[in-house]
Amino acid sequence: MRKLALTDDILLSVDKPARYIGGEINMRVKDPKDVDIRFCLCFPDVYEIGMSHLGLQILYDILNSREDTYCERVYSPWVDLDKIMREKNIPLFALESQDPVKNFDFLGITIQYEMCYTNILQVLELSQIPIFSKDRSEDDPIVIGGGPCTYNPEPIADFFDFFYIGEGETVYNDILDLYKEYKHQGKSRREFLEAVSQIEGIYVPLLYDVEYNDDFTIKSFKKNYEAAPERIKRQVAMDINDSYHPTRPLVPLIKITQDRVVLEIQRGCIRGCRFCQAGMIYRPNRERDLEYLKKCAYEMLESTGHEEISLSSLSSSDYSKLKDLVYFLIDEFGSKGVNISLPSLRIDAFSLDVMGKVQDVRKSSITFAPEAGTQRLRDVINKGLTEEDILSGASEAFLSGWNRVKLYFMMGLPTETEEDIEGIAVLADKIAREYYKIPKDQRQGKANIVVSTSFFVPKPFTPFQWARMDTPREYIKKQQLLRSKINEQLNRKSIVYNWHEAELSELEGVLARGDRRLCKVIYDAYKAGCIYDSWSEFFDYDKWVKAFNDNGVSISFYTSRERNEDEIFPWDFIDAGVSKAFLLREYKRAKQGTVTPNCRMLCYNCGAKAFGGGVCFENNNENKNAAAGGNYEGQN
Amino acid sequence: MKARIKFQKYGAMKFIGHLDVMRYFQKAFRRAGYDNEYTKGFNPHQIMSFAAPLGLGLTSDGEYVDISLLSSQAPKDMVEKINNVLTEGFKVVGFHLLREPGQNEKHVNAMSLVSKADYLVSLKDGYLLKDGLQAQDKFKEAFEKFYAKQEIFINKKTKTSQKLVDIKPMISMVSFSYEEFAEKLKNYLGQVKRPVNDERSFSLETESVADVYENGIKVYMQVATGSASNLKPELVMEAFCQEFDIDYNPYAWQVHRLELYTEEEDSGKLIPLDCLDR
Repeated sequence: MRKLALTDDILLSVDKPARYIGGEINMRVKDPKDVDIRFCLCFPDVYEIGMSHLGLQILYDILNSREDTYCERVYSPWVDLDKIMREKNIPLFALESQDPVKNFDFLGITIQYEMCYTNILQVLELSQIPIFSKDRSEDDPIVIGGGPCTYNPEPIADFFDFFYIGEGETVYNDILDLYKEYKHQGKSRREFLEAVSQIEGIYVPLLYDVEYNDDFTIKSFKKNYEAAPERIKRQVAMDINDSYHPTRPLVPLIKITQDRVVLEIQRGCIRGCRFCQAGMIYRPNRERDLEYLKKCAYEMLESTGHEEISLSSLSSSDYSKLKDLVYFLIDEFGSKGVNISLPSLRIDAFSLDVMGKVQDVRKSSITFAPEAGTQRLRDVINKGLTEEDILSGASEAFLSGWNRVKLYFMMGLPTETEEDIEGIAVLADKIAREYYKIPKDQRQGKANIVVSTSFFVPKPFTPFQWARMDTPREYIKKQQLLRSKINEQLNRKSIVYNWHEAELSELEGVLARGDRRLCKVIYDAYKAGCIYDSWSEFFDYDKWVKAFNDNGVSISFYTSRERNEDEIFPWDFIDAGVSKAFLLREYKRAKQGTVTPNCRMLCYNCGAKAFGGGVCFENNNENKNAAAGGNYEGQN
Repeated sequence: MKARIKFQKYGAMKFIGHLDVMRYFQKAFRRAGYDNEYTKGFNPHQIMSFAAPLGLGLTSDGEYVDISLLSSQAPKDMVEKINNVLTEGFKVVGFHLLREPGQNEKHVNAMSLVSKADYLVSLKDGYLLKDGLQAQDKFKEAFEKFYAKQEIFINKKTKTSQKLVDIKPMISMVSFSYEEFAEKLKNYLGQVKRPVNDERSFSLETESVADVYENGIKVYMQVATGSASNLKPELVMEAFCQEFDIDYNPYAWQVHRLELYTEEEDSGKLIPLDCLDR
């Protein structure tokens, strides 16, 4: 029987002990003595969140498919166990073997959002691995970072031995082969890091130096190791159409956030919304094959016993075989007690039909993400959703029996005016008016319009990477303005308004576009007790402000400053596919309020075509491009 | 058709609570390809009923769940199919098709049947009781003295209140070795017809999954369990500790359930749930 790392008295005194015992369905079991490489994957948040992540399951599959490697998992211990582990000096352990992480060869951390940075330090510290890469010895695991936040790895560069930039399907085998060779030859950590820097997509921070100007902008970013690459090329898996999808995902023993089979139908997005980082860094859009997805759905439902299946992608309505797939799932599995959980879809006859089939209309709601309150601002952000789309969609939904609508907006978008804020309230009211057009005896009580606003955070590798971000004070003013505008509407009683915390967004903004000078700030904030920053009950803004002040680092330098066109960004050394020139052109078009059609309509030469596949080569797209004059400038 | 499944819960799975065990089995039945009956509506769920939920931290040789099936294969195959998809810490040891209720009978669910349960309570290694009680024979002597009392009062806490109750009537018997326990048990059992392995029933020969501790301090007990009257073995141990001025440490004792019983209406004699055909 598996022996647990924690004693009964500890497990019975913490919340949800199942977070720490492993033993889940489809957990891979290997004898550590039989492998050359021990790899621990980490999602630095609580178990229920980390276990819900599909990407980690894909890597878990890939790494464990190697006979010479045992890949295990670790998540952030919750605060109750964190305290006990520190008191009793218990090293953090992997769930599978329950062995200390510090004895592994690799610790691979996926970094999905900026607010988990302090949790990374928690995992390192509880593992008893030196927090700073420079302090690690030959015996410590190699610490790898991956995931969307590594498109600007600089704020956390000091904590990682190397970053893997891009999709995990491509070069992990090369890394592990190299490691095995070096380990057997008794080579040093430094020698391995130098060698691994030769693999495409790998960024070894210690091989590069940054110089700053007097105003703290970057003067230069230079390698200090001759053979290191000048630029790091993002890794893209171009053959996902019929491969790499997990078929035996882990099934947790407790309820988690995504307690269902997740089917990744495509990667990347054709839309090009200018605020959206995912829409840029996962280009080109690549669809998975319909028959392959059907096969995966079958196998996953069989191997997990899940009662629910959901589809994952950035914009599911754009998946070209969506109808076929959704009707297949309903017909094939609906009768077998499997719920089909729909992703957010463009509201039209098709989506209303399937929603009516799989949900209780009286209990479910219709979701729109206009993101901005006026057509002008929606054009600025390139959100191709018009007021007419929304009103006619809502109207159709109301006629089909729905009476709940959720609306998502961002505040603080570039060029935003008071009129745009007011537009949010007006749009919500117009939707309610659509509802009350229905004769009273045919409607289901009151309309229920929920307006949610979040604060816009400019991200690297988006056209808005140059943009200034609002201060929390400006945000709160806008929030209050919207509040009062909603109260002026005719149907104010049908509208509910929810909003996000401003201070959290500000910090996210700093970390997203930060540089290496932030490593020390993050370290100090962590040492002062900051952890689980994405959880509002733990987020401690004052401690963060103090950490910035103590280090003489200004928050507003990173947030409320419009960057110059020629400024060197901390992340410029990464070749993500989309070019900086394209992003700048898009920023200029944004300021003019000019929309850019989606990838399927016209190619605007963002740079992702260089990857040689996906939507860029679909349906004679090349011809369309040629017909349009072949280049972007010709469009203006 | 209804089926009663008996299973063991052990090892790390003792840290999985009752609601999660339900979810675990729902998924396990699906993986095993059981033809479960579902409720109707937008969120269909399997029709199932667990007997006497087991608390967090407890292990068991005698857990029961009644399920509703649209079709079934031979019980032996059903046991094999489910065990193929269970993970370490769960093992199905019996599958019994229940007879359809007669004309004037209602279907009874597993939960409402339970009236008594057998437990083994062991002191985990690494925990001390108190000087003079640490040896097996001394512990036995003390526990016998405790159990010989006419009344055993203890504060029983519920979610909303606490009250002083006499738990003595809720304990049928105690013993200190399995042999003694098995012998005494005979006095309480009714005319039990052990199901034979046939087209309606299958039981696996298995060993107990109870953890064994080096210190050897343990006590078997039969206590009231169910909706009418319910006593947790933990409370008995708390009362015992109170009697001898020992700080009660809830983590020091491993509670292991051995069997669940229903009571024969007339005689009050006990029948294990898997020896009942309804």
